Amino acid sequence: MECLIGIQGKDFVLVAADQVSARSIVSMKQDNDKMFKLNDNLLMLVSGEPGDTVQFAEYIGKNIQLYKMRNGYELSPSAAANFTRKNLADYLRSQTPYMVNLLMAGYDKDEGPSLYFMDYLASLNKLPFAAHGYGSFFTMSIMDRHYHEDITLDQARELLTKCVNEIRQRFIVNMPAFKLRCINKDGIQDLPDIIATAPTS
Amino acid sequence: MSRRYDSRTTIFSPEGRLYQVEYAMEAIGHAGTCLGILANDGVLLAAERRNTNKLLDEVAYSEKIYKLHDDMVCSVAGITSDANVLTNELRLIAQRYLLQYQEPIPCEQLVSTLCDLKQAYTQFGGKRPFGVSLLYMGWDKHYGFQLYQSDPSGNYGGWKATCIGNNSANAVSMLKQEYKEGETTLQQALQLAVKVLSKTLDMTKLTSEKVEIATMTRDNGITKIKVLDSSVVDELIKQHEAEEAKAEADKKKEKS
Repeated sequence: MECLIGIQGKDFVLVAADQVSARSIVSMKQDNDKMFKLNDNLLMLVSGEPGDTVQFAEYIGKNIQLYKMRNGYELSPSAAANFTRKNLADYLRSQTPYMVNLLMAGYDKDEGPSLYFMDYLASLNKLPFAAHGYGSFFTMSIMDRHYHEDITLDQARELLTKCVNEIRQRFIVNMPAFKLRCINKDGIQDLPDIIATAPTS
Repeated sequence: MSRRYDSRTTIFSPEGRLYQVEYAMEAIGHAGTCLGILANDGVLLAAERRNTNKLLDEVAYSEKIYKLHDDMVCSVAGITSDANVLTNELRLIAQRYLLQYQEPIPCEQLVSTLCDLKQAYTQFGGKRPFGVSLLYMGWDKHYGFQLYQSDPSGNYGGWKATCIGNNSANAVSMLKQEYKEGETTLQQALQLAVKVLSKTLDMTKLTSEKVEIATMTRDNGITKIKVLDSSVVDELIKQHEAEEAKAEADKKKEKS
């Protein structure tokens, strides 16, 4: 029932995540942050089994911090994504697998911005735009139609707003507000939430 | 007296020394010489070949220079069988890192991980330490071309030019005199390597049979590792000899 969306442009990655925390049929919380800061320029968005998500994201985050302390330089976004994949794949084949789906958005001064998509089966893909959860059924086609390589930050934000509005209009579950963050050469920036507007008809 | 303290590696002597480790270092002092020089556009390793019996079947082209992964090469001085164990371990460490991060291991991490193993053998279990010193040349995206040296105690360090093995102290002091920091090209480094080796190896004439040289350069974002052909090494030796002869002649002229 959760939804994570990401769009990568020429010099940034824009990511959005719903903020609902639900148990069974009850919505417990409307301001839950599903994004975890792994580095100064690396962000992980997680969805899946509640508890597993936080545990796994923190475990990866601390390991990435440890790498930085041991070696004096940071892990690149691609190395971090592959490290995460290896861990998730190893846990999947253990007695205690993690049920988490995630997006990783990072910026590297040599390689530029990058967006990685990974599901609970630990399949990793580098994509220009990606979405997790039921929301992806409604949003992938919109991003397919409107995404282009040279998309600007404003255009990307507009596109995400379109996606959020479509979810509000067509999806049975109520996800009114999405947390929005941008990753670029200056690090991670908080942007104002995207609030879905009522369908016009 | 010393007998009581050198039979096990884990025991300090009353003077605070670890004899087994010192003996291992001593063993390397008798081994074939290895030399490394860092240049602006590359790195090189040169190693003395000891086994030049003509009856020996040349199974391996290179005797003492080993490729560890795409961006790193090492050469060894010391007990060859110990060295084989360590190079095997180095390759494993490099592949483990590649498996985990899908990116080649940075040079210093490889060296320091191996040195953790070397150190363990000076502390645990009454085993003897590895009788091997290594020179590593490598490239990584963080610090570019690099040259490292490690010894049996598990100490390691980065160098601009260094030497291990027989007569290494003399070679290092020669390198110290002749190495021009920050303005050495790989070609000049090759010349310097031949010069230092010809003066420090205890043989009358340096030949391509007695030395092997490997270079590392970067081309279009790819690391190129080359073990020089004997004809190229011969050419370098010839150039060196011509230069020596010229210097000799100049000296004579000055005198007369």
